[in-house]
Amino acid sequence: MWLLAVVVLVFLVVNPLLRLLIVSFQQPDSGAFTLANYVAAYSRSRYVDALANSLVLGVCAASLCLVFGLPLAWALSRTDMPGKGLVWVSILGTFVIPPYLGAVGWILLAGPNAGWLNRLVVELTGMEKGPFNIYSMTGLVLVTACYSFPYVFVFTKSALDLVSSEMEDAANILGSGNLRTTLSITLPLVLPAILAAFILVFLEAIALFGSPALLALPGRFHVVTTQLWQFFEYPPKVSVAAAYSMPLLCITVFLFWLQRRITHRRGYISLTGKGGERRPIPLGGWKWPLLGYCLFVCTMSFFMPMVVTCQAALAKAWGRGFSLDNLTLDNLYFTAFENTLTRNATINTFVYAGSAALIAISLALCVSYIVNRQLVGKHVGNLLSFLTMAPFVIPGIVLAIGFYAAYTHPPLLLYGTPWILILAFATRFLPIAYANSNAAIRSINPELEDAVRILGGTRFTAIREVVAPLLKRSLAGAFILVFIPGTRELSSAIFLTSINTQVLSVLLFDKSDEGNFEMLAAIGLILVFITVVFILIGFRLMGRDFMLRRTAA
Amino acid sequence: MSKLVLRNVSRAFGNFTAVENFSLALEEGELVSLLGPSGCGKTTTLRMIAGFMTPSAGTIELDGQVISSPGSSLPPEKRQMSMIFQSYAIWPNMTVAENVGFGLKVRKVNPDEIRRRVGEILEVVQLGALRERYPAELSGGQQQRVALARSIVVKPAVLLLDEPLSNLDANLREEMRFEIRRLHDEFKITTVYVTHDQAEAMVTSDRIAVMNQGRVEQIDAPYALYGRPKTRFVAGFIGRTNFVEGRSNGDSVHFGGFSVPKHALQAEGASLPEKVVVSIRPQSIRLLKQDPGSGGRCCVQGSVLRRSYLGEYWDYHVTLHGAAQLLRVTARPQEVFEVNEAVWIDIDTAQLTVIS
Repeated sequence: MWLLAVVVLVFLVVNPLLRLLIVSFQQPDSGAFTLANYVAAYSRSRYVDALANSLVLGVCAASLCLVFGLPLAWALSRTDMPGKGLVWVSILGTFVIPPYLGAVGWILLAGPNAGWLNRLVVELTGMEKGPFNIYSMTGLVLVTACYSFPYVFVFTKSALDLVSSEMEDAANILGSGNLRTTLSITLPLVLPAILAAFILVFLEAIALFGSPALLALPGRFHVVTTQLWQFFEYPPKVSVAAAYSMPLLCITVFLFWLQRRITHRRGYISLTGKGGERRPIPLGGWKWPLLGYCLFVCTMSFFMPMVVTCQAALAKAWGRGFSLDNLTLDNLYFTAFENTLTRNATINTFVYAGSAALIAISLALCVSYIVNRQLVGKHVGNLLSFLTMAPFVIPGIVLAIGFYAAYTHPPLLLYGTPWILILAFATRFLPIAYANSNAAIRSINPELEDAVRILGGTRFTAIREVVAPLLKRSLAGAFILVFIPGTRELSSAIFLTSINTQVLSVLLFDKSDEGNFEMLAAIGLILVFITVVFILIGFRLMGRDFMLRRTAA
Repeated sequence: MSKLVLRNVSRAFGNFTAVENFSLALEEGELVSLLGPSGCGKTTTLRMIAGFMTPSAGTIELDGQVISSPGSSLPPEKRQMSMIFQSYAIWPNMTVAENVGFGLKVRKVNPDEIRRRVGEILEVVQLGALRERYPAELSGGQQQRVALARSIVVKPAVLLLDEPLSNLDANLREEMRFEIRRLHDEFKITTVYVTHDQAEAMVTSDRIAVMNQGRVEQIDAPYALYGRPKTRFVAGFIGRTNFVEGRSNGDSVHFGGFSVPKHALQAEGASLPEKVVVSIRPQSIRLLKQDPGSGGRCCVQGSVLRRSYLGEYWDYHVTLHGAAQLLRVTARPQEVFEVNEAVWIDIDTAQLTVIS
């Protein structure tokens, strides 16, 4: 049983990574050992520039995320600010929008000349040309931050939720004012969480493919991910791509290790216990400026892009503006039902994400049951969990190159079939499935199974009669948590899809070349619609905050 | 009804020995408690009897047949036992009736028979009206009764209870002690009962095995355990007591401040070593205002050091004249002495127990 799990894990996790490493040292034709790929990957200055660009993007975007996320987390966790519900809903909304759809929204808003904001400024000031250009590093940083700051928000809010008012009272009673208490007691207590979130967002930003592809390519600069993609332009230079992806992989592994160190450091144990009583801090007159700021952030990340995206999806031509005679359902209808390309892509998206979720959850469940019930020795158990969690530190784009390197040649020719996408998705989101199955299995007291056995049932009877019925709910929730990112996954899909295995995210990206923003927006809205439906199901199953909860991350 | 025998059973986890050389024989229909502080190995012993764990040495036999040995262990589902868990382990996805009937279903009893027996046992534990409820709709005490019914209805060879009352509040716990004993008297199932609560063990058990650090200290009926503790641990763990150290000299043993003739201590005929430790229960000492005067009794002078009033009794700490020894004395509420008052201390030598 556990051997089977190991075999599957080797197939999904170990082999692609190993192949990636091997291919990077091989001559494409002969297979002989060579360093030429590394030379090719790092000898041209624009390739090295792309690396530097990624670092700039990561640091700037992560910093901007702190500017966006921290005040919101504090406001929602600790203060009596009004309108918390609205802010909460729009942050959830930001989470729901795929980042590349946000990028599309921002192209509509701040594209040079035609963008809504530029037109507005021209209208108001009479300037000749609008000041905004989203096709720039600044634009890319802004868009990236808009869709990554929820991580900072979730991490910081979870940490703040655990700081009890008593700790702050203790400082107050010793004569420290509110501001000083916040800065010298509360802030240091949540600092590890903030640092961890900063690292996570940095890694998100450098591994992102969609937004850079939509914004950097027209802006004539590259980041690592877009450069990797270019290595795959016909004829694909897999070996060079593999060599070029190594820094991304190493930085990611190192920073995740660092992040673990930070969050697991001792001395912050107070954060893990129950928080005791918590009272909101009365803000007085300051609550209005704070609310204003929160709404400003939400407008940037959620309201504005969504409004213009909806407008484009429902417009005959988006540039003609918000008038009734410009309104039509044709785009949506055409995309969803008439166009075979989009219709097939929609079906594929559902089927692939669904199968991937099913596979990931079955595997994760087996592993977590084996590990938690100690059916194998401690070392085998540790190895199993390690392999299952390993994809967490592999950027999607690197995983895709690994899959490409491992499964494009006989005997395992998966490229061109749906399986390579399904398995890549399953691997990519395996850690999410594992974290959830683990939590689910741990919530079942082993005594419930012991009771079955002492009354004469076998372990299998126990699983069938007790474990399975009890897990139903949380597994459905876990399914949704894997399914949703599966429907919108772009960075690994872009390398592994073929003509017959298109998915919506890739299609949306392909269409961006044509400048058909009405259709782009329509595809995006369909994706968001799918996501929202499943999130609502998730709410019913697992409660309101199941997506914004901080899991194993 | 079955006979359960544990022979020299040990269990080690790495370098740590959880249970060491444990031997115990249960008669048919007997209820024996394993009593001890947490970490003493009692739950490990129980889980070995149940078959969830294999002993690293020794054997466990049921009706003369070896069911556990280091080499092979009959899996729990083949032992015809049942168990009540600390968490009750009531399956939340099944109704009360389904929970109770589960063991019978696994034993392939026909559905009509299951319905009849489940109905009967639910009447016995006074849950007849709740058979279609789900566990989440029951109180802690009711869940406890479901667990009892579920494990009794299959007429197990041995019933195992793992701290079954530790999750109940104090009043309910007291009530359920009697309930468990009542059910035992009714069904006479051979039972092993694990607990850390001495009162619980004393109410429910025929015999109690006191365990400490993986070893059995003493196995005896509750009365003997309290009256004649064999080790210092047992004397201290079961009830409160005073330990007094003395030296034997000639015909008597001298303690600090008083002495006792040797024959009073040598109830079991064993010869006394030079250094003797005795346990004196607080209620075998009386405090008096004056010297009772009668010879032959052990009566010495002392004074009250401090006192506390606990409603049901007085708890006095007294010192003996000319000795550092401090004694705790339990007295009835009307026996009032002031702090620093001089008192006569009357020790009932018949109740002294020599500790090995």
